[in-house]
Amino acid sequence: MARRGLFWPLFALPGAVWLVLFFLIPFYAVLSVAFGTVDPIFQGPVPVWNPFDWHFTTMRSVLEQLRPGQVFWTVFVRTFAYVGIALAGCLAIGYPVAYYLARHARRTKALLLVLLIIPFWVSYLMRMLAWIGLLLPDGLVNRSLVDIGLLSHPHGWLDGQPSSVIFALVYGYVPYLILPLFATLDRIEPHLIEAGLDLGASRFSTFLHVTLPLSKQGILAGSVLIALPMFGDYYTNDVISGSPGTSMIGNQINLFFQGGPQRTTGAALVIVLAVLLGALMSYYLYSTVRASRQPVTA
Amino acid sequence: MKRLRDWWSNPWGRPRALVAVTWLYIAWSIVPIAIAILFSFNAGKSRTVWQGFSTRWYWGDPTQSVLHDPALRSALEQSLKLAALDMAVSVPLGVALALGLTRWHGPGARPVNVLMLFPLVTPEIVMAVSLLLVFVTLYGIQLGTTAQLLGQVTFSVSYVVVIVRGRLLSIGKEYEEAATDLGASRVAALRLVLLPLLAPAIFASLMVVFALSIDDFVVTDYLSSDASTQTVPIQIYSSVRGTTTPALNALATVIVVATLLAVAFAYVVHRRFTAGDEAARGSALREIAAFDV
Repeated sequence: MARRGLFWPLFALPGAVWLVLFFLIPFYAVLSVAFGTVDPIFQGPVPVWNPFDWHFTTMRSVLEQLRPGQVFWTVFVRTFAYVGIALAGCLAIGYPVAYYLARHARRTKALLLVLLIIPFWVSYLMRMLAWIGLLLPDGLVNRSLVDIGLLSHPHGWLDGQPSSVIFALVYGYVPYLILPLFATLDRIEPHLIEAGLDLGASRFSTFLHVTLPLSKQGILAGSVLIALPMFGDYYTNDVISGSPGTSMIGNQINLFFQGGPQRTTGAALVIVLAVLLGALMSYYLYSTVRASRQPVTA
Repeated sequence: MKRLRDWWSNPWGRPRALVAVTWLYIAWSIVPIAIAILFSFNAGKSRTVWQGFSTRWYWGDPTQSVLHDPALRSALEQSLKLAALDMAVSVPLGVALALGLTRWHGPGARPVNVLMLFPLVTPEIVMAVSLLLVFVTLYGIQLGTTAQLLGQVTFSVSYVVVIVRGRLLSIGKEYEEAATDLGASRVAALRLVLLPLLAPAIFASLMVVFALSIDDFVVTDYLSSDASTQTVPIQIYSSVRGTTTPALNALATVIVVATLLAVAFAYVVHRRFTAGDEAARGSALREIAAFDV
């Protein structure tokens, strides 16, 4: 009997050990570095593994710089603004596309699904490379705009423009939003919508009172799915702008890790980011649980 | 005016605005990539002005083509090497974990289940920083291919578990129980009954892991050591803003074609495996589509 009881747990063991070794303990290492000290001679981080010996000086100075008007405050506000606008842009583009695909596309549905999946599987940096080629000073975008007279001279799209960064974020992340939205909208019973129309509601009103509420969870799930990686993104910003004037939380963290000796500060920022995203995630899970307890009509 | 109103109020008519938005979106998402691929065949050095067709940036140019430029060639080799290693480690690990988590209902199953989901929602920079710090300060693992592999497997395993578990749940326990009732040992039931039934999911996992590995930038970059461990995304990231040749487009194109072929191949094989199994077939495309973040 004992062997029988151990059969399946043994299968889970290697994977579980792997996740503990390479996911859980590494996260603890971030804590140990953030609350550790700095080597006085080599300036490298010295982790402190015992939580009772943790130093809070680095975290305190990071939190102080997070106050309004300070350096990190500016970066955090900018990050929220960029992610917020990019998310709104993704929803404005993604929702109609997912809606059309789920509710109206018939003969073309399979083809559309394939076309929507392609960007999904094209390397993210390849997609950025594609836009950089188009947005260069002598690129296709500038040349066309000058040719039709909208611009008198080429615009520096890649010289630290916030609008270019947000545009690139929308382009980069919208494919990941469309598929979960499609999955949700595809599951909505057509009868519910027909009932709305039969009972005299206009098409718009039916959408507003039937389809939209029923797809709320999909909107939320998709938004979380793309907002989380956007908050940690630094490469989009680096390749599209490269200017400190548009830098986001991810850029700030990356700067501390790739550039200088201040890995302790970088680790403290990672923890701030993780706590922030953890809160976001908890809100999402809370609202999902609450929604699943409510009747479908909500 | 009346026709317009009729068209608007007809609930079964085609919503023209939505059709337009959808096709415009598709053009917007795919045309830039197509242009970038086109410029990889440019005869001149420009990434922006078309100067005729050639394959010089792939293999023709004796010093700057993907085949002959040591940096580009080694990036391609490192990308493919890591993808192969990642597939070889994370698929068996993930299949075993999925089997364990689906069939084992002990007290430890739940925390592992939750832990398994975390890599799917953690921003890559958080994972990359954690792995870098733990390798440097605690494990003493040298940065380079080994470290990159460990990092990639850590985020790949969860995708394998999600894919394989989906299939396991749809198979149910009946086939296995039938086999054991007929006298097969549990190992034999697993090997002769369950694994063949899982083949489509295992295959899909292989292709998904290939694509995840090839596409990964952040973790792979943080855990790289020197020029010899740079991959294609790292190469693109570090040189795209400078003055580069269409060879960079050619390098990216090779990866794009390889990934799309892998996914298409996975889809075709998945369909063949699940022929006659309607439910599984319908979900194949979505299954392959839904697991890349």
